[in-house]
Amino acid sequence: MKAAPFAYHDPRSVEEALHLLATLENARLLAGGQSLMPMLNMRVAFPDHLIDLNRVEGLAGVTAEGGALRIGAMTRQRDIEESPLVRAHLPLMSEALTHVGHRQTRNRGTIGGSLCNLDPSAELVAVATALDAVLEVQGPSGARDLSIHELPLGFMTPSLAPEEMLTAIRIPLPPAGHGAAFEEFARRHGDYAITSAAAVLVLEGGRIARASLTLGGVGAGPLRLRSAEAALAGQAPSEALLREAAAACGSIDAMSDPQAPAWYRRRLAATLARRALTAAASRATTPARQGGLA
Amino acid sequence: MSTRRIALTVNGTRHEAEAPVRQHLGDFLRGTLGLTGTHLGCEHGVCGACTVLLDGRAIRACLVLAVQAEDRAVTTVEGLAPSPEALHPLQAAFCANHGLQCGFCTPGMLTTLEEFLRDCPDPTEEEVRVAISGNLCRCTGYDSIVAATMEAARAMREAAA
Ligand code: FES
Ligand code: FES
Repeated sequence: MKAAPFAYHDPRSVEEALHLLATLENARLLAGGQSLMPMLNMRVAFPDHLIDLNRVEGLAGVTAEGGALRIGAMTRQRDIEESPLVRAHLPLMSEALTHVGHRQTRNRGTIGGSLCNLDPSAELVAVATALDAVLEVQGPSGARDLSIHELPLGFMTPSLAPEEMLTAIRIPLPPAGHGAAFEEFARRHGDYAITSAAAVLVLEGGRIARASLTLGGVGAGPLRLRSAEAALAGQAPSEALLREAAAACGSIDAMSDPQAPAWYRRRLAATLARRALTAAASRATTPARQGGLA
Repeated sequence: MSTRRIALTVNGTRHEAEAPVRQHLGDFLRGTLGLTGTHLGCEHGVCGACTVLLDGRAIRACLVLAVQAEDRAVTTVEGLAPSPEALHPLQAAFCANHGLQCGFCTPGMLTTLEEFLRDCPDPTEEEVRVAISGNLCRCTGYDSIVAATMEAARAMREAAA
């Protein structure tokens, strides 16, 4: 259980990190290390070069920018969990973070690491998907924005080029008064979810103006339930309506693995989606005040 | 093998030593500094036995490289007691409540709970259980650890009052 030898680099700037990434063969970026370090110790990953981002300036912090919160890629999960800005404007993310690993891993793990590791069950991936996050990516040819919906290429495979890195995440703020809820089922607290559900509801005049429903852990990547969202829009959030929308999760394509068969995930999905939608509806206040930061 | 000379503070004492760049902090503390209070169980982030405080925050020492601790402050279980004669309130409460049997998980439990009680001085039993959800204990069944933590929290609140 010891890592195989590698060369270690600890750049101080994004430019330096990008230069190393573009010039070194078989290099991996090290963020919080809560997934990569186990992979190194178990010799599942064999990089020749490790580029440690922990001393790079300017990659951590939560700031409000226009109608969005910008979270640096190296911001620790624990700092996001405790950020007053996140608590006030993105309660979905604060709630989901309490399910991410444990205190000791959240003290170290970063949001950028979670998103790029892209575990199908990762809570932050589901939340970023539910909230339509935009990823700020930098590479040798400059910076670009990437929608979270275009990040997953396949199982644990992000669509970043080998010489690109994630530097920040921007999350457009749902209107004040929106209701959000995160529900998951895992064997033990802190384990990756077998299935999770993230719901966001914006009410206007007693009706659902906007709905977002995402399942995690059911397939290779997070799953937005666009048709269920469309069925909710414009309706009053009655128990029957939410139950019906959640029931649609019972017919998704789900994966089987040694933890749980597909039929079990489908049943979990329908139940968790119903709970998440119901909690989101009860937390939403109507009429929602439009606009971003209060 | 590639190594680096690093300087860091451990339990208030400045240390300078050579570390292989691939070595994790747990091995460095035990092997190079001789601080064998930090235990290594799984070495892949599952058991929590290796928990130490890095700049005051509980982290898994098997998931941090020794070179990453350069210029940082580490506290291990050896650094919890206020003096060689006195125990930390958590240590005293673990003794009094049978919070340990074989003791393998204990250093990780104590360091995790030290940070937790600083953040949450008046916890519920449920909160204590969540706080130690990343620490495996094969002996106690956890109840005595939870009881010890509740008692330590009480003692620390009274001492602060
Ligand atoms: S030895 Fe570090 S978590 Fe088990
Ligand atoms: S006391 Fe033996 S593992 Fe906890």
